[in-house]
Amino acid sequence: MVLKQISVFLPNQPGVLAKFTKILMDKKINMRAMTVAETTDYGILRIVVDRTEEALGILKEENYLVSVTEVIGVDIPDKPGALHEVAMILGESNVNIEYIYSSTLLTDEAIIVLRVDDNDKAEQILKEKGIKLVESKF
Amino acid sequence: MTIYWNKIAETMERDKLEKLQGKKLNNLAQFVYNNVEFYHKKFDELGIKPDDIKNVEDITKLPLTYKTDLRDNYPFNLNAVPMEDIVRIHASSGSTGKPTVVSYTQKDIDDWTELMARTVTAPGITKKDIIQNAYGYGLFTGGLGFHYGAEKVGATVIPISGGNTERQLMLMQDFGSTVITCTPSYALYIAEYAKKLEIDIEKLTIKKAICGAEPWSENLRKTIEEVLQIDAYDIYGLSEIYGPGVSVECEEKNGMHIWEDFFIVEVLDKETYEPVAEGEEGVLAFTTLEKTGIPLLRYISYDMATFTKEKCACGRTCGRMSKVTGRADDMLIVRGINVFPSQIEHALMQIPGVAGYYQIIIDRDIVDSLAVQVELTPDTFSDEMKVLEKFKSTIEAKLYSTLQVKANVELVGPGTLPRSEGKAKHVIDKRTKNV
Repeated sequence: MVLKQISVFLPNQPGVLAKFTKILMDKKINMRAMTVAETTDYGILRIVVDRTEEALGILKEENYLVSVTEVIGVDIPDKPGALHEVAMILGESNVNIEYIYSSTLLTDEAIIVLRVDDNDKAEQILKEKGIKLVESKF
Repeated sequence: MTIYWNKIAETMERDKLEKLQGKKLNNLAQFVYNNVEFYHKKFDELGIKPDDIKNVEDITKLPLTYKTDLRDNYPFNLNAVPMEDIVRIHASSGSTGKPTVVSYTQKDIDDWTELMARTVTAPGITKKDIIQNAYGYGLFTGGLGFHYGAEKVGATVIPISGGNTERQLMLMQDFGSTVITCTPSYALYIAEYAKKLEIDIEKLTIKKAICGAEPWSENLRKTIEEVLQIDAYDIYGLSEIYGPGVSVECEEKNGMHIWEDFFIVEVLDKETYEPVAEGEEGVLAFTTLEKTGIPLLRYISYDMATFTKEKCACGRTCGRMSKVTGRADDMLIVRGINVFPSQIEHALMQIPGVAGYYQIIIDRDIVDSLAVQVELTPDTFSDEMKVLEKFKSTIEAKLYSTLQVKANVELVGPGTLPRSEGKAKHVIDKRTKNV
């Protein structure tokens, strides 16, 4: 099954993601999967949304640089070895994986993983605002 | 007790010097009229004959020469001699894709060596010194210019060229260098690097530095001298007029002596090119009295400065120019290398995908940095990081190949850079005047 992924050019600066997500929020676009590949100056945000064509139109109007890529979504059980099986199959067929990220397309809850530049500050402020942090069990 | 390299030339009485200049100017007028088609035509257009030029004051009868004249006659059409008499070629930045080319005869090389020997001697450097020459060797005039002069004086010359600072510091200590020749910002960079490596500056044997190729303030001189515990002297030159060695500070550090038996210097208004009142600031124009490869009449340097004929406390009678106070054109100097914004534009427009929106940002954190922001378009944006990074490195490679200075390219989104109604302001120079 082929998924349509939108890629967006974002400068790597504070506030950029807030501005971007506000636009999606205002237009009630929901992201189902997301990742960012970054350099010092910029990042490529990759998202799978629930209404691709509409989202593309909105983002172009807001002057974002966007492109659409067809990607593969794989549904695997949540247990050790599951990803290995997929990786091995592709590797043996000489298919290269350019990039990979995970999400929870099939449940109601989503777990977001953030890599920030100040862990203590982020933890403190999120706790203050009543956001639930994931306790580390692993 | 002042040590001169050429006491007779350097302390000649003023009126004797100016008479000598007049005689040489007359010879020069003959020489270029007979050997350089460009000047022959100009003389005819102006209705002047070489013998109309009898003394120094007659110089205002002669035509001015501009950098564009060298560009239009690139590479060798302003030469006064055939190629087989040219023994060396140097090049510096031109304002478009081609460099400014300067051809030297053996006499030019010998004369330049004489000038550089005087230049090295004026700050009190002798054959007993060990000179670490950190100016770039190659097509730039800095490296070889200093090398020949220092060698002529009999000093021990280390032709280390620029860069590789850790190695520079190691050899400086191992060889016991007493003099370093480099740009002023590199002198400061070496000091910072030494601190980082925990080298005791007190133990360094360097006593003097001759710094040039970029403008620097008295503030920066004080800083260099304090941090490195040396005396730092200013030097001036331009490739079209040999290279370094047009002028240099003596131990008084009160203006740079121009070797007036080799050059006639004029200070001209930057708009009208009329001579300014004595002591006033203007753009410097140089006439080369001894050059035979590519002799130049009243060459506009675009460097702004003042000039005085007053005798110096060192005993030298040849006049002194101030530090360069600015430029009359848009040329920038980045890490000692001339950069024209038009060069950057020319290079960028040759890369498919560069839309035309770019901005040049120059800053300094001890050494200069050159950043070029380029706007991406729907055509050049890609989902794949490696495609964007390849685009960025293609632009960087093209810029390096054109400018000979490393530029950091920053890809930005569309509409990021300012749009202007009139002429786009492409350059933001964040360096303050106090550098």
